[in-house]
Amino acid sequence: MKHLLMSTLVAASAFASTQVMASRDSISVVGSSTVFPFSKVVAERFGKKTKFSAPTVEATGTGGGFKAFCGGVGVNFPDISNASRRVKQSEIDLCKENGVSEIIEVLIGYDGIVLANAVGADPVTFSRKAIYLALAKEVPSPDGKPVLVPNPYKKWSDIDKSLPDAKIEVLGPPPTSGTRDAFVELAMEGGCKKFDFMAAMRKTDKKKFKALCHVIREDGHFIESGENDNLIVQKLNKNPNAFGIFGFSFLDQNADKVQASLVDGNEPTFESIADGSYPVSRPLYFYVKKAHVNVIQGMKEFLAEFTSEASWGEEGYLTDKGMIPLSDKERTAIGTRVKNLDALKSL
Amino acid sequence: MSNSNTTELTTTQIVQNSLKKRYRAERRFKAFGIASVCVGVFALLILFTEIISKGVGAFTQTYVQLELKLDNDVLGIDDVSNPDAFMQANYTKVIRNALKEQFPTVKKRRDRRALYGMVSVGASYKLQAVITKNPDLIGTTQKFWVIADDDLDTYYKSLSDAEPFTGRMNDKQQAWVQTWVDNNQIKRKFNTTLFTAGDSSEPELAGILGALVGSLLTLSVTLILSFPIGVAAAVYLEEYAKRNKITDFIEVNINNLAAVPSVIFGLLGLAIFLNFFGMPRSIPLVGGLVLTLMTLPTIIISSRAAIKAVPPSIREAALGMGASKMQMILHHVIPLAMPGMLTGAIIGLAQALGETAPLLMIGMVAFIVDVPTGITDSATVLPVQIFLWADSPERAFVERTSAAIMVLLVFLISMNGIAIWLRKRLERRW
Repeated sequence: MKHLLMSTLVAASAFASTQVMASRDSISVVGSSTVFPFSKVVAERFGKKTKFSAPTVEATGTGGGFKAFCGGVGVNFPDISNASRRVKQSEIDLCKENGVSEIIEVLIGYDGIVLANAVGADPVTFSRKAIYLALAKEVPSPDGKPVLVPNPYKKWSDIDKSLPDAKIEVLGPPPTSGTRDAFVELAMEGGCKKFDFMAAMRKTDKKKFKALCHVIREDGHFIESGENDNLIVQKLNKNPNAFGIFGFSFLDQNADKVQASLVDGNEPTFESIADGSYPVSRPLYFYVKKAHVNVIQGMKEFLAEFTSEASWGEEGYLTDKGMIPLSDKERTAIGTRVKNLDALKSL
Repeated sequence: MSNSNTTELTTTQIVQNSLKKRYRAERRFKAFGIASVCVGVFALLILFTEIISKGVGAFTQTYVQLELKLDNDVLGIDDVSNPDAFMQANYTKVIRNALKEQFPTVKKRRDRRALYGMVSVGASYKLQAVITKNPDLIGTTQKFWVIADDDLDTYYKSLSDAEPFTGRMNDKQQAWVQTWVDNNQIKRKFNTTLFTAGDSSEPELAGILGALVGSLLTLSVTLILSFPIGVAAAVYLEEYAKRNKITDFIEVNINNLAAVPSVIFGLLGLAIFLNFFGMPRSIPLVGGLVLTLMTLPTIIISSRAAIKAVPPSIREAALGMGASKMQMILHHVIPLAMPGMLTGAIIGLAQALGETAPLLMIGMVAFIVDVPTGITDSATVLPVQIFLWADSPERAFVERTSAAIMVLLVFLISMNGIAIWLRKRLERRW
């Protein structure tokens, strides 16, 4: 039984060695699953191009990313957090509480959110108002009175005669997803404020307005389908009447299976999202812990790679992955800020 | 039976009368069993054909033959003795020049981009490796098979189908592919990258070696820790501990822990190993520790059962011959219980091999390019790799996902094979 004793010894020494090991030789990135594909391309190219090892990228979701990121300063906490929305004040406060006082904000580009159905089904044009009426839990009364009633619409044609005569069925991400947050804010809220009395409420009581416009119906017309976009595509192909919600980068890769619906008359294309004419698009960010920049090897070089023309530029490799680039002016401004390591002052 | 008379049926008659019914019941029972086995086999067949038919494409990769002019004017290697010069040379331009030369009519920026996009970014890394190894090639013109981009790969693989998968390939790109096909400049080769590379965001450059090594490292840590601890605990509980309230309490807890959902062990690992001990995220050491916690109950329970199954007569004989209790345990009980304990350990490890949930919390569900070389390098594991690929938008990852599942299955089958072999070798009958 010498082997047994030996292996116990080995195990014990492995334990002991961890106490000594307190450094980390690769950058740790966490956060949004939307930014994940972009972040990993940069990480990979950075690893191949430089003498540093490639960063570790985790897709934890925007909220989960900030939770880990703001956990504290030190090698067991991530250096960078990706986000498909801007950081919230509550998250900045959490960071401060744990000693992460300076964070650098980097806006990297945009992503469109599309409503799509299976290729072969008829392409549809939605207005944001119709999207809101189809998906909100409570909608303005159909008879025109300025009150909210539980959503009575069962078919698209109930909302607008020009829409298909089919049951409203939309597959979308769960509430933890940044895509869902952005969709609700851009598409639903955009449609919601088209009603005068709701627009008036927005001016007087913004909180209540948001609470009312952001709630998605739960009576089976909106189907929560998890974070896996491939699964949504499979379901769309089985049901030509259903629509799915996902990011433009995903549509771009699966153009043979799904087609995007037009929103307010605009087709989601590279150009229309970049110039802002397609209304449902959101910014993509990453946040850097300033205290780690000179401690973890390669941080500065990684930031330089991410903000180089070859990656986030108009013809950079990130655009090949479906990211919509910033304008030249924005890129120059943000690039300088990153170079000088200017921390985020306030929201 | 003693008071039976002729008018009543004898026992034999009763049995004979009911015999038909009993045979029928017997047949039904057997048929039910066969049907259950058939359902199982059928499900397995569907799973295998689905995975294999989807994944078989991933074992080949499309390559394009280009005539590369390795001019030093383009490459820009001024000092052959300086290894850094090879790193900074412009390999991409060499490949792009070759493409431009073959299709000189392509002039528009957009079309040029589409043309350059047909070759993977990995081609220049490969070229760099070749030239660094043979600097004599500089200045010559070489025919070179370069790795194709994933869009082209998927398209080329589907060319023989009734309706080729065009995906993001536009008409011009399809025409270029046709030219290559006519010139025999395009072919599929065995995909070695799949087995020699770590993860990548480009499907054609992605491999499972990183995840495979990560799985091995994590499982070694788990085995090294959980087997001795589990066996020692089982020996103590079976051979030394007196039965009282405390040992009962421990036993109930061990049985309970065996049924706890694995994600809870992940949360525990996050709290203890990362936040308290301050270990880094995403390393196999922490993964192995978490999985140790998870597999310990399984190993303890099966080891105790194996120790219990050793006949008391062997213990008594050993003690009777003058062996000490420790000698009795080390020389007789443990060797005889070893097959059972090993089976338990391997079942526990096989379970651990398939886990992703506990690893999520400690950062092992991550994109990691480099193949890990030790238990403190960032790493991921096979099931995580499968999950990440299944979630990727690129179409070429679909077949790679199935290929990774095949590798995982082979891994599992060989683990179970070892378990059976060990049991056969060590088993002793009385």
